[in-house]
Amino acid sequence: MFVRGLKRKCFDGEEDIEGTLAGIKAIPSYNLQRQSLLDMSLVKLQLCHMLVEPNLCRSVLIANTVRQIQEEMTQDGTWQMINTQSTGQASLDRLVSTDILCRSSREQAEGKHVPGCSTFNKDFEGDQAQDNSETMSTVSSAQAPRNLQSNVWEMENPQENKGNFQKSLDQIFETLENKSPNSVEDLFSEVDNSYYDLDTMLTGMMSNTKMGHCDGLETFSSPTTTASNSNCKSDLNELDHIVEILVES
Amino acid sequence: PADIISTVEFNHTGELLATGDKGGRVVIFQREPESKNEPYNQGEYNVYSTFQSHEPEFDYLKSLEIEEKINKIKWLPQQNAAHSLLSTNDKTIKLWKITERDKRPEGYNLKDEEGKLKDLSTVTSLQVPVLKPMDLMVEVTPRRIFANGHTYHVNSISVNSDCETYMSADDLRINLWHLAITDRSFNIVDIKPANMEDLTEVITASEFHPHHCNLFVYSSSKGSLRLCDMRASALCDKHSKLYEEPEDPSNRSFFSEIISSVSDVKFSHSGRYMLTRDYLTVKVWDLNMETKPVETYQVHDYLRSKLCSLYENDCIFDKFECAWNGSD
Repeated sequence: MFVRGLKRKCFDGEEDIEGTLAGIKAIPSYNLQRQSLLDMSLVKLQLCHMLVEPNLCRSVLIANTVRQIQEEMTQDGTWQMINTQSTGQASLDRLVSTDILCRSSREQAEGKHVPGCSTFNKDFEGDQAQDNSETMSTVSSAQAPRNLQSNVWEMENPQENKGNFQKSLDQIFETLENKSPNSVEDLFSEVDNSYYDLDTMLTGMMSNTKMGHCDGLETFSSPTTTASNSNCKSDLNELDHIVEILVES
Repeated sequence: PADIISTVEFNHTGELLATGDKGGRVVIFQREPESKNEPYNQGEYNVYSTFQSHEPEFDYLKSLEIEEKINKIKWLPQQNAAHSLLSTNDKTIKLWKITERDKRPEGYNLKDEEGKLKDLSTVTSLQVPVLKPMDLMVEVTPRRIFANGHTYHVNSISVNSDCETYMSADDLRINLWHLAITDRSFNIVDIKPANMEDLTEVITASEFHPHHCNLFVYSSSKGSLRLCDMRASALCDKHSKLYEEPEDPSNRSFFSEIISSVSDVKFSHSGRYMLTRDYLTVKVWDLNMETKPVETYQVHDYLRSKLCSLYENDCIFDKFECAWNGSD
């Protein structure tokens, strides 16, 4: 089970590497697990099927999960911590596999018990640097939610952070509500609207797409930006499809 | 594939079983009658009728496809020889009438057997057409189409005990329709927030009380049930009763809310109890007790430790239905 019981403040998996079966594969820290869940949720929210309206119930449930994580991270102070780091570009293979994320409670039961809250601060400070880099690499390697996260990273004030994150969540909801118009608008927001020539529009879109995926810093935040494993080609096909619909209607 | 069955519903006697699939088709099965010669055949259902209920549509305003998948089927109480049912996809509800034809008239004066007009000079006497038996033919005709009532996806329909009205519920709203009127419906529940950014809860299922035509219940994605009385006001935003079980703190996780989302709610035949289904359990509620269910059944509790994987592959969002035994 991912998380059982009351919210745990400190659980450093590395303490468990001590010859037990669980020690062979290090139990990831609670923060790492939580971060991976957050990344996964953001990817889910952004992956919208272009042709059919997304399931509102599912989107609401995922968004609530994201909010829950975010609130907990704000309370933890983890949120603040992330922002003081610089945004490096990590490679895709640093993305924490969900295998780690979904380690069963069996392994956790075999390991040591969670250190009490009283030791939290001490342990936390000691491992802070290590934990930070762990968390950072996870966070920075998730390309799809990058456009949300990059907003977050640029802020230093956690309060503003929260606002920005909320704003990004809200953006997603708005996009979900007015599905196509917004996404298409976002797509073309980078394109010079004075040209109604299809070729120019397509060229503009293509250059945007290339930037979006091969560069890392997003220029548009439409939900058509798919997950990190999709390649430019499928996106181009999707974009062509959108243009087709737009031109026809 | 389009053959995947998306909904199943018995009629009130159990003689007919209707299934809806992802391709927009409805297949109705009929129970084999009891036979002394072959007692083992009793209870076997064979195909009675198949028809295309919904077709895929395209919403040009939003540039989105509207799936033809049948979300729900509900039978109307039988009032004459014909059977009627309501079927719905995400947006449009249709009323279908199913009739049987096992006789046909023969011996017309003006037309011959193939239907061609007779040469009147050959007609020397008049005859009264007689009904002769023929192979059973089941005819299905669309009688009403209730369109444009919903902005969001319809998840349930429920026929009222008055047999005149029915309701349809989508993620944020519930509408009341009259079975004979297709160009108008009344909105009786609306939980859409003024600001969509504030949306945290959606309607997941709803049903009319089996005996009191003014009462209905709807469930939410947060696991709560709301019993509403239509006599209280035109817009039933204030519930008469709220049924909610407090969260078990020992089982709390980031997935607690998702697995508490109620996917189906059904009144018992007596109307005294409600049955609800969430991801891992089935619960029986007494209408008189709002604080907790009277019975809870673990359906597949072994999945509780795998919630994270189920979240990753989206299976945690699967919706299940529940039903009462006919003799409850």
